[in-house]
Amino acid sequence: MKYLHIRDARVIAPAQQLDQVCDIYLSEGRIRAIGQKPAGGTIESTLDANGLWLVPGFIDLSAHLNEPGFTQRGTIFSETKAAANAGFTHVCAQPLTKPVADSPAVVQLMLEKSASAGQAQVLPLGALTQGLAGEQIANMVGLTSAGCVALSNARKPVKDAYVLRRLMEYAATYDIRLFLDANDAALSAGGVMHEGPTATRMGLAGIPETAETIALAQIILLAEQTGARVHISQISCARSAAMLRDARQRGLNISADVAMANLCYTDAKVQGFDGRFHVQPPLRSESDRQALLAAVNAGELAICSNHQRHESAAKKAPFAEAAVGIAMYDDFIGLLLQLVDAGELTLTSALNALSKLPADALQMAVGFEEGKVFNAALIDPTSTNEHGVNGKVVATFVDGFRTLKA
Amino acid sequence: MNTDPSQIQLTADGRLKHFLTTEGLSKDLLTEILDTADSFISTQERSVKKVPLLRGKTVANLFFENSTRTRSTFELAAKRLSADILNLDIQRSATSKGETLMDTLWNLEAMYSDMFVVRHADSGAAHFIAEHVTPNVAIINAGDGRHAHPTQAMLDMLTIRRHKGSIEGKVVAIVGDILHSRVARSQIHALNTLGAAEVRVVGPATLLPRDIEALGCKAYYDFNLALRDCDVVIMLRLQKERMQNALLPSESEFFKLYGLTTEKLALANPDAIVMHPGPINRGVEIESAVADGPQSVILNQVSYGIAVRMAVMAMAMSGQQSEQQAEQQAKGETEA
Repeated sequence: MKYLHIRDARVIAPAQQLDQVCDIYLSEGRIRAIGQKPAGGTIESTLDANGLWLVPGFIDLSAHLNEPGFTQRGTIFSETKAAANAGFTHVCAQPLTKPVADSPAVVQLMLEKSASAGQAQVLPLGALTQGLAGEQIANMVGLTSAGCVALSNARKPVKDAYVLRRLMEYAATYDIRLFLDANDAALSAGGVMHEGPTATRMGLAGIPETAETIALAQIILLAEQTGARVHISQISCARSAAMLRDARQRGLNISADVAMANLCYTDAKVQGFDGRFHVQPPLRSESDRQALLAAVNAGELAICSNHQRHESAAKKAPFAEAAVGIAMYDDFIGLLLQLVDAGELTLTSALNALSKLPADALQMAVGFEEGKVFNAALIDPTSTNEHGVNGKVVATFVDGFRTLKA
Repeated sequence: MNTDPSQIQLTADGRLKHFLTTEGLSKDLLTEILDTADSFISTQERSVKKVPLLRGKTVANLFFENSTRTRSTFELAAKRLSADILNLDIQRSATSKGETLMDTLWNLEAMYSDMFVVRHADSGAAHFIAEHVTPNVAIINAGDGRHAHPTQAMLDMLTIRRHKGSIEGKVVAIVGDILHSRVARSQIHALNTLGAAEVRVVGPATLLPRDIEALGCKAYYDFNLALRDCDVVIMLRLQKERMQNALLPSESEFFKLYGLTTEKLALANPDAIVMHPGPINRGVEIESAVADGPQSVILNQVSYGIAVRMAVMAMAMSGQQSEQQAEQQAKGETEA
């Protein structure tokens, strides 16, 4: 057997409680040994990872890849490449494409484009309702058979509690995973940022916390009733984290994630009317941000990128008119390490929130064990990127295949 | 770019070059606006009203939202400063054809205007334009969404100063639809900077935005209580659509609770003045007897509006010119 030898990496794998400088030997895309070289076989090449961190590949629970339909913004190739550059090996793609991913044909196309791109692997999220219109159940079984890992309505409203109940019942019948966002459309209607002192000062219409918490309460109660397998996408409020904790204490199996932007920024970013920070869910208060960081540190919340690239012209408009969403991949690792350096996230919980927790939500294996497929990122924590921010991914391995070369 | 909205409107040496918001401007600068406006009021009383401060300059009125009154006062102010004026009703032309605001701006820049007077339905629109147009074009905010209407606020300050002597130490109540009001926000900032003793905002919780007190005012639900010791009562216009959005039950209930009547006004200081940015809804927010009564200064506000707009246009243009000169000087020095 011929091995790829990664030498002297600091190997950090929270799922295996591993954090030590050691060598890893790979062949045929699998980990053959951690520590000592296996008996027999030869080393084909050695990657000197002295001073680098080898971490489990990140799994992104939400991103918009813009293909099909919006390829002027980005393509599956460009966005999965950007994802791999940020350390992601797997990316859940939201169904808000054109056409919407509510048919196996679109899902098939995404998977084919993903395979030929050879970058981070796309895990399609199918549309929860037909056309994402929030009224009719999508062909759930057909979509999951075509390769969707879960169904999502991509922050488009579901018509009412009746439809939501039926969606959850139907999904529960076939044990189909649902990614639901908590957003009461009536309470958030017209709102463009967090309702609070900054919105009042700027004269921008606010989205109250209750738009999220009321919708979350509804989802939790219906999940308890229907037994549907639910993951909550992108919570933004302190109160939501507490409600999820309570639900779990009552015995509900429910996972959740937070978008990276909500861990890094608050509504104060909107003060210069900067359209880049027009995102959903909105950036909220500092106390919300602190509670979300605490939930990540407690191992209760996964981190997603919620990456969405736009044409620069679409963001160049008065705040309310600026396109919703922010491109996160390009600065992702820098932002993550800033949170760690500032002591706001521990390195272990940050990695856990990007690999173990998303893998659990998707029932995927993760981490480093002998015999397992190698999904990993090699990070240089000291080198700076082009924006002068510390942290750079020097290599990413997707199913043992190296997508990014140093 | 993430620029402080209050700082983008100043030159390096602290002079006005755009007028986007009253927030963050110094007391000296606001006072300079009022003093300059005062000096223009005397020219307005002459038979020859024009002054040549903006001769040779082109002012473009960009009204993305209809407002005949505000546009007319800006037009008159520009003409009295001897500027050429270009009126563009953009609401009906460009943006309805899918042109973005940036496209519209690039087209307008090609017309070589020196100043844009901007009215737009989006909060932050004037700030956005100031950030993105070519330098040397002065932007005057004529109202952006719910954010700011600084010339209206300054003409209100001028009204208070001329009728009450000063803003310092005065108790001012702003009554009605604070939630949707750019005028109220601009007034609160200006009043605080100019030393008002207390700014009160009055209305039901549905019309007072969350955390409004963080702007430097006190929220009152009870109009009678809010009128106590008041020197100035500013009534805001109530839009009919507030009833449809479940913000208010009816005009009559609103009038009963927050309409200004002769009896209510008697609760304020005896020499209190009554103001309204107009147009007024008689019998909805204000009783005719009060609107036309001896304490009302509503019509004076309108006439001060031209002087205040002349003042900020003249000051911003002069700030732009001094900045251009400074740039050319700096360029000359590096070349030499």
